[in-house]
Amino acid sequence: MSKRFTSLALTAHPPAATRHGRGRSHRAVAPFAAVSVLVAGAALTGCGQQRDAGVYTVMNSSTDESYHRWDAEAMARCGEQLGITIEQQSVPASQVMTKALRMASSKSLPDIVQFDASEMPTFADAGGLVDLRTLGLSTEDIPEGIVDFGSYEGTYYGAARSVNTLALFYNKDVLDKAGVEVPTTWAQLRESAEQLTEGKQYGLALSAGGAEDGVFQFTPFMWSNGGDETELDSPRVVEALDYWKGLLKDGSLSKSTVNWTQADVNDQFMAGNAAMMINGPWQVETLNTDKSLHWGIAPIPVPEAGDDSVGPLGGAVLTVPDTGDEARERTAGKIVACLASEKEQLTYALNSWMVPANAKAAAVWRERVPELDSLADQVAVARSRTAQLGAGWSSVSLALQSAFQSALTGQSSETALKRAQQRATSGN
Amino acid sequence: MTTSTVTAQTPAEASKTAAAPDPARLRHRRRLAQWGFVAPAVVFMLLFFGYPLVRNVVMSFQHYTPKTFFTGEAPFNGTDNWSDVFQGALFGKALWHTLVFTAGSLLGQFCIGLALAVFFSRRFPLNGVLRSLILLPWLVPMVVSGIVWRRILDQDTGVLNSFLETVGIGGSTPWLTSPEMALVSVILVNIWIGIPFNMVILYGGLQEIPRELHEAAALDGASAWRTFRSVTLPLLKPVVTVVLVLGFMSTVKILDLILALTDGGPADATQTLGTLTYQNSFVQLDFGAGAVVGNVLILISAVFAVFYLRVNRTEGK
Repeated sequence: MSKRFTSLALTAHPPAATRHGRGRSHRAVAPFAAVSVLVAGAALTGCGQQRDAGVYTVMNSSTDESYHRWDAEAMARCGEQLGITIEQQSVPASQVMTKALRMASSKSLPDIVQFDASEMPTFADAGGLVDLRTLGLSTEDIPEGIVDFGSYEGTYYGAARSVNTLALFYNKDVLDKAGVEVPTTWAQLRESAEQLTEGKQYGLALSAGGAEDGVFQFTPFMWSNGGDETELDSPRVVEALDYWKGLLKDGSLSKSTVNWTQADVNDQFMAGNAAMMINGPWQVETLNTDKSLHWGIAPIPVPEAGDDSVGPLGGAVLTVPDTGDEARERTAGKIVACLASEKEQLTYALNSWMVPANAKAAAVWRERVPELDSLADQVAVARSRTAQLGAGWSSVSLALQSAFQSALTGQSSETALKRAQQRATSGN
Repeated sequence: MTTSTVTAQTPAEASKTAAAPDPARLRHRRRLAQWGFVAPAVVFMLLFFGYPLVRNVVMSFQHYTPKTFFTGEAPFNGTDNWSDVFQGALFGKALWHTLVFTAGSLLGQFCIGLALAVFFSRRFPLNGVLRSLILLPWLVPMVVSGIVWRRILDQDTGVLNSFLETVGIGGSTPWLTSPEMALVSVILVNIWIGIPFNMVILYGGLQEIPRELHEAAALDGASAWRTFRSVTLPLLKPVVTVVLVLGFMSTVKILDLILALTDGGPADATQTLGTLTYQNSFVQLDFGAGAVVGNVLILISAVFAVFYLRVNRTEGK
C-alpha cells in the first residue's frame, strides 16, 4: 500500500513543479526563512528563561494523586507563611536524578529538589547541593541516624520530612486461624511460613525483583545477620542469602518472587496469596482500602533471639541545589525549614503513614498511630544504604540484584555473591 | 495569509524580471530556492540526528559523570570506556541475548504474520472484522502490553499457567522467573506484538500481486504450495525485505518491553544491549559506558540501514 502511494506521489509531482517552476520556488524561500527564524527564536527564548522573583519551584516524585495533593497543600501553607508562591513539579521517581542533572547543565535547576535519600549522595558528590546548615537549618530534635541519612561526607544536604523502613506485615485472621504466633526469629519465620503455606496461599511474600526494590528488601536480612555491603562475599551475607533460598526451597515463597516489585508483593498479600509479607508503611493507604483485611505489623525477624533487627532507612530528602543565586537559596532554605518543620512533618506523616523524622513529631505520631508503633522502633535503629558507600551504592546494588536472583534461580549463594563482589569492585 | 500577500505582489515582480532577463541571476535565484527547500530537512537532520550521534560517539571516549553536568568538563580517557564495557561480564551476555531476541522475534513475527496475511487474502465472511481485531496488539502501548503480560505469565497466579493446568499440560511453567525460560517468554511476547505489523505490510504486498498469475499457475496445475513458493514468494520479495529490515531495526534496540516484563532479570537473563545502555547511563550514571553500548547498537542498526537503502535502490531501478 505504501509502495503504491509513493509511486503515485512521484508521478504527480514533477509536472506540477515544472509548470510553476521558478516563480513558486523563489516565493517559497521567504516563508521558509520566516519559519526558520521563528523556530530558532522560540528555541532561544526557551533557554534563557528568567526566574520569577516571587515564585519558587520544588521538584519531587509525588506523581500519585494523594501525595501530590498533600504536598501541594503543605506548599500552599508554607508559601502563605513566607509570602511567596511555591510551585510543585512532579516527575516519576526514576527520573528525578536524570532530570535534575539535565537541568543542572542547562542552568535551570528548581529551587528545591526532593531526592530519594539513596540518590542524594550522587548529586551531592557532583557538587550540586548547598549545605543546609549554612542556610540556617537546625538539626536539633532530629535523631542522629536521620541526620546521617540526609548527609554526605559529614555535610547535611538533605532534610527528611519522614522516613520509613521495612517491617513484617501479617494477616491477623489467617495467623489466628492457623494458631500461629507472629514470628520474631529466622527459625520461627521459616517454620510459621511453612505452616501457613496452604493451597494457593504462600506463607510469606517478599520482593527479590531486579531493581532497587529487591535490594531494599534484602538489606534487613543481610544487616541483621551482621553482613555488610562492603563485603558481599562474606559468610554473613552468604548465610542471609541462603536463608532466602531456604524459604524458597520450602515452598513458603512463590517462585515469582524474583519478578516481583514491592507493589506486586502488596497485591499478592491483599489478594490472599500470602499470609505474611515484607513491606513498608507506604502500602498502608492501599491496604486500608480493603476493609475486610485485618493486618498487623511487626519488626522483621532476626537470626537469633536478642539480635537487633536492622532495617534499611528509606524515604526522600529535601535538598537545595546550588543555583548560584544566594538570595534565592536562602529563601529555598526557609521553604525546606517550613516543609520539614515539626508541624508539617506530623501532618505529612499522618497522611502518608510514614514516621516523622523529627523526634518530637515522632512521639506525637506514635500516640496517634499506635498500630504502627513497631515501625517507629525499627526506624530508630534503621540504617542508611549509602552511609558507607555514598555514590558507590548504585554499582553494589546492581551487583547484589544479579547475585540474589542468580542464587534464587539455582546458583549457590557463595558463587553468586563472589561474582557480585568482583563486579562491585571492578565497576562492571 | 502570508501566501496571499506574496501572490498579490508577484505578478508585478515577475513582469519586471521578464523585462530584464539575466540568466546568471536567475540561476542563482533558482539555486537559492532549491536550497531553501532542502534547508529545513538538512537543518533538522543535523540538529536532531547528526549532533546527538556525534555527541554519543565523542561521549564514549570521555569520562562523563554526574559532575560533568555541573562543570561541563568531561576529560577524554582514550578507550577506557570501551575496554571496560567489553571486558565486563554483562556485555557479551547482552550482545548474545540481543541477537537471540532479534532473530527469534523476527522469525516468529514474520512466519505467523505471513501465514495470517495469506490467510486473510482469501475472501470469506468477517474477514475485515477479524483482520482489524488482529491489529489490536499494535495499538496497545508497549509498556501496557508488558505489564499485562507480566501478570498473564506469573507462575502461580497467571492466566496462562491456569489455562495450561486446566487443559492438562504443565501448569507451573516458570515463564519469567527462570533464567532459562525468561528470554524465550520475552521473545514470545514480542512476537505477539510484532505480528500485526508484519501481517499488514505483507497483506498489502499480497494485494499487489496480480490475480492472473495465480490463475495461470492454477491452470498449469501447480499445487498450492508450489504456487506460493514460485509465484507468491518471489513477487513478495521486495516487501519481505522491507518488513524484515524495519522489523530488525525496531527489535534490536528493544528496551521498554523488557523493562516492563523482567527488568533485565532474573539474574541478567534478559539483559540486552538496550537495557545495558539504560542501566549504564541512567542507573549507574556512567554515561561514557552507556554511550559505548549505545554506539554498538547504532553500528549494528547502521549496517542494516545501509543494507535496506541498497535494496531499496536496486528495487527503484
